[in-house]
Amino acid sequence: MLERIEELRNEARTAIDAAPDAAALEDIRVRYLGRKAELTAILRGIGELPPEQRGPVGKTGNQARVELEGLLGAAKEKLEAAELNARISGESIDVTLPGTPPVRLGHLHPLTRTRREIEDVFVGLGYKVMEGPEVEHDYYNFTALNHPPGHPARMLQDTFYVDPASLGADPELYGTDGAALELPPGPRDVLLRTHTSPMQVRSMEDATPPIFIIVPGRTYRRDSDATHTPMFNQIEGLAVGEDITLADLKGTLLTFARAIFGPDRELRLRPHYFPFTEPSVEVDVSCFRCSGTGVMTVGGSEERCNLCKGTGWLEILGSGMVDPNVFGFVREHGYDPERVQGFAFGMGIERIAMLKHGVPDLRMFFDDDVRMLEQF
Amino acid sequence: MRAPMAWLRSLCDPGLEARELSERLSMTGTEVERVLEIGAPSADGFVVGSVLAAEQHPNADRLRVCTVDTGDDEPRTIVCGAPNVAAGQTVAVVLPGAVMPGGTKLGKAKLRGIESAGMILSETEMELGEDSDGIAVLETDAAPGAPLAEVLPVSETVLELEITPNRADCFGLFGIAREVHAVTGAPLAEAPWATDAEASGEDDASDHASVAVQVPELCPRFTARVFADVTIAPSPLWLKARLIAAGQRPINNVVDITNYVMLLTGQPLHAFDLDEVPGGEIIVRAATDGEKMTTLDDVERTLDTDTVVVCDRNGPSGIAGIMGGQISEVSDKTTRVLLEAANWDGFNILRSSGFLGLRSEASTRFEKGIHPDLTMRAQAVASKLLVDLCGARLVPGTIDVDARLPRFEPRELTLRADRVEAILGMPVSVAEMTEYLERLGFGVENGGESGGEGVMRVAVPADRHLDTTREIDLIEEIARVHGIDEHLPATLPDRGESVGGLQRHQALIRRLEDLLRDSGLDEAVTFSFVAPDREGVPGLDEVAPVVVHNPLSEDQSAMRTDLLGGLLAAVGRNLARGAESVALFESGRAYLPERPPSAGGPAAGDFAGVRTAPIAEPHRLAAVVVGPLAPGSWRGQGRDADFYDAKGLLELLAEAMGAPLTLEPAARPFLHPARAAEVSFGGAPAGWIGELHPSVLAAIGARAGVAFEIDVAPLLEAASVGAESFEDVTTFPAVGEDLAVVADADVPSDRIVATVAEAGGELLRSIRVFDVYEGEQVGAGKRSLALHLLFRASDRTLTDSEVAPLRERIVDALGGIGASLRG
Repeated sequence: MLERIEELRNEARTAIDAAPDAAALEDIRVRYLGRKAELTAILRGIGELPPEQRGPVGKTGNQARVELEGLLGAAKEKLEAAELNARISGESIDVTLPGTPPVRLGHLHPLTRTRREIEDVFVGLGYKVMEGPEVEHDYYNFTALNHPPGHPARMLQDTFYVDPASLGADPELYGTDGAALELPPGPRDVLLRTHTSPMQVRSMEDATPPIFIIVPGRTYRRDSDATHTPMFNQIEGLAVGEDITLADLKGTLLTFARAIFGPDRELRLRPHYFPFTEPSVEVDVSCFRCSGTGVMTVGGSEERCNLCKGTGWLEILGSGMVDPNVFGFVREHGYDPERVQGFAFGMGIERIAMLKHGVPDLRMFFDDDVRMLEQF
Repeated sequence: MRAPMAWLRSLCDPGLEARELSERLSMTGTEVERVLEIGAPSADGFVVGSVLAAEQHPNADRLRVCTVDTGDDEPRTIVCGAPNVAAGQTVAVVLPGAVMPGGTKLGKAKLRGIESAGMILSETEMELGEDSDGIAVLETDAAPGAPLAEVLPVSETVLELEITPNRADCFGLFGIAREVHAVTGAPLAEAPWATDAEASGEDDASDHASVAVQVPELCPRFTARVFADVTIAPSPLWLKARLIAAGQRPINNVVDITNYVMLLTGQPLHAFDLDEVPGGEIIVRAATDGEKMTTLDDVERTLDTDTVVVCDRNGPSGIAGIMGGQISEVSDKTTRVLLEAANWDGFNILRSSGFLGLRSEASTRFEKGIHPDLTMRAQAVASKLLVDLCGARLVPGTIDVDARLPRFEPRELTLRADRVEAILGMPVSVAEMTEYLERLGFGVENGGESGGEGVMRVAVPADRHLDTTREIDLIEEIARVHGIDEHLPATLPDRGESVGGLQRHQALIRRLEDLLRDSGLDEAVTFSFVAPDREGVPGLDEVAPVVVHNPLSEDQSAMRTDLLGGLLAAVGRNLARGAESVALFESGRAYLPERPPSAGGPAAGDFAGVRTAPIAEPHRLAAVVVGPLAPGSWRGQGRDADFYDAKGLLELLAEAMGAPLTLEPAARPFLHPARAAEVSFGGAPAGWIGELHPSVLAAIGARAGVAFEIDVAPLLEAASVGAESFEDVTTFPAVGEDLAVVADADVPSDRIVATVAEAGGELLRSIRVFDVYEGEQVGAGKRSLALHLLFRASDRTLTDSEVAPLRERIVDALGGIGASLRG
């Protein structure tokens, strides 16, 4: 009996292995494990066997049945998987066709991107970001920034003034009583700020030292050509404390330049003149295209670097130590020129963006050609 | 300011090439904009020649055959076309092989059969003048064959300097030489005004002329000298050469001397033909309103009362400090000269030159402000030249009307050595400081009255009187001469307790901008000023703008009161360039002639500072979408954006901020009258949204388009982002319920939703509209809204028996607005 069970088991194993499809497997199941199958009959007839045979036959028979059921199940799964694969393998697509975007991706303006990058560098250095009015009092734009009356920058050919009649009469706000613009323009007039520097004074009126701020924003000057637009964007910086030095200005701007233009950049400080800083310096960064050599190697031959015009340096901003006269205007807010000192700087965002991204003409920033915007 | 190298080296020669010197000057505050090479590329082949004989050319009437000694073994034959060439002259000769100004290389040439071994130069060829008729005859003792460059600048290098407005002293070459001396240590020549000319005669200047100054504040000093027996003639070549190298055109000896002295000292001068000044009377006064005069450039100028004029008895003969007039101009006939060296108020000159639209070498110098003492320096230098070069007799005496204004009194400053390091963050020794300042012409006394080491008394020279008024000005001088780039360390400030960061509104505005970007819009930046008619968009010009008094053009004369106008123009430009769909947004300010808010922060236009801003400058977000907002692909194009797409953008912004958004129908002239709404956040009005009016679309060449413009401040005010608190949504799950509500089609959906919300009470946590149906099944004029409601309690799982009564209440409430459940 036990031999017969072994025979059946071997037969069934061979049959399962050879079964070509699910139907064949079902036939095998019926033949070996079905109600009329021989193994089923053996197991059913165990009670009629001599007692000493019942144990071994029952055990072997059941083992055979469990094993065959397992083999059948596994074979079935395998065959079904193969059939599914055979069925869907014909459903091929061209994986190189473009995907379906969930949304169209828009673009931030390169000036916004550049402004944010600069802001983030200074935020990391502990600066607060401030904003101020663009239509501004002469007082903040010129007077309190040490531009004496009659200073050339105040002239009508350089600065946009606001027609007082269009402001409505509110003398408390701008002291012009709705009267005509002062000619030559003077301390009572309202103008389009020519730099972000008015916020130096506003911020110092607002908070006692130490103060570390940057001020991004739109500024205006009466110029229009390939390198000047009547509206442009600046970022002002101001750091005032008790012992902030010109060397601190250098370190700060070096950190900034390396964050924006690359870790190998160097700075060059050239003495200059601005009415509201003293000493004043213009700041150059070593050219990131030619690594400050002024020379590019193109196809084996040396050419003058056209970014820095062969000088190895790119002018990026003006800066200096805050002039004591400026502190004089905010003395009562905690800025005694004998006790506090600090630096200020101002840079053109367009200039930085042009340098970083190779934009050749300033006016492109304000044309809003999507073919340009979508490059950023 | 042009500084010819040869002239500069005659005053201070640091032994540096032009490039090296430029670098040194640029790094110490005197920017060299360009290094110009004028004249011939090289002085090689330019020699002094002596004309031994000049004979008529056998074959040409106009040519002469000259025998010229150029220091070689044999004299050479040179054919010359000049009528004035004659034996005995010393001339300038170019030898074959030399390169002429302009770059042509001179060869041997046969002229009408005779070979010419060189060329005798005219002033034009040497670029010294416009007189090309004759050769230039040299006045020199130089031997034949000597390099011409020893006599004349043949090949001249000129530095073009950008002088910062505080350094009027560098508008004179001696000032630049002093700067070179300071930054290199090379010796500086004696000041050219150190000695004066000898006067002669029994008369006195006051016998010839008188000066009355009626406006001493505007004319702090007026000096005049008289020169008799003046012979007007062309200037000698060396003088012409220097003037030309410095960018001035030679005229005649007297005028050239005034220009030369101005270039050297920085003090402008003016020469009068004294015989053309009736009675020799000079009056300095303010012009009368509308007074006219013709300046040297032959233009009639109309003056105003702030303009100062130099007059004779009959009227103005010059505009003070800006330009002389034709009336008493020096001419060939002049024999008596009155030489004016006056000081004028800088601001007044700047104003008048701006008013007249007239700038000159003189006004450029006066407008920076110069010290009255410079007048006598200039008189001394000019007197010597007039005597030497014009055969003039200097009449004894100087007419000197000096107002002695207190602001020009000599100044002494205190300099604390420790302050220098405290400001700069680099050490400079007292000895170095002293040396730098002394090189610059300051007088330095250590110790000083207040005593103590490291405290210096510094006397400010007249040249630097106006720009050096405080200790910090001295510190700047020390810093730049010491070498900022060379010596300054790079350190970071101690920031103490200050914390940096974006302010809340700045961070949120970034988020809003990013959302619009990530929804498929490109960011535009348009000008703040627009045309007064606002791109012709109807309705935008209803808000009166802030007007620019002096715009560059009419279409940039009004400050924008909206962002829409600029965006529409930008969209129009893109469509005209062939773009099929354009989606732009702008994040920026509008400029409204209103009192700015006193709350709401910078986004609202409420800025830091004691003085309130002159106008309101609210930060806004605006968008215009023409064409589809959804991306197209090969599987199909998105449909054109409509009202609900635009509203979807606003909802996205509102949801990101956690701010409630509501719209109410409201028309605007530039919007589709039936598809436009006012926008509010948290109940506060913030702007508008709508489909663009067909006429507006037609104007920019678009077939469909939507737009919105909102103030950011009310959105941020209503924002709850950042203040969220956790809510348990897992312990007691929500129960969902769908309702189909039928109402008249003109009942706004938000009214239905609000009614349901109110009736549902606090257990009703959310309501979502998931379908809208209009048609036969609900009847004409009716509309069905399908709502998905979620009920949830925070302390128990809701049962049907709790939700059912709520549902009843909702149905009742809907009945109150004429709505019912769909049967």
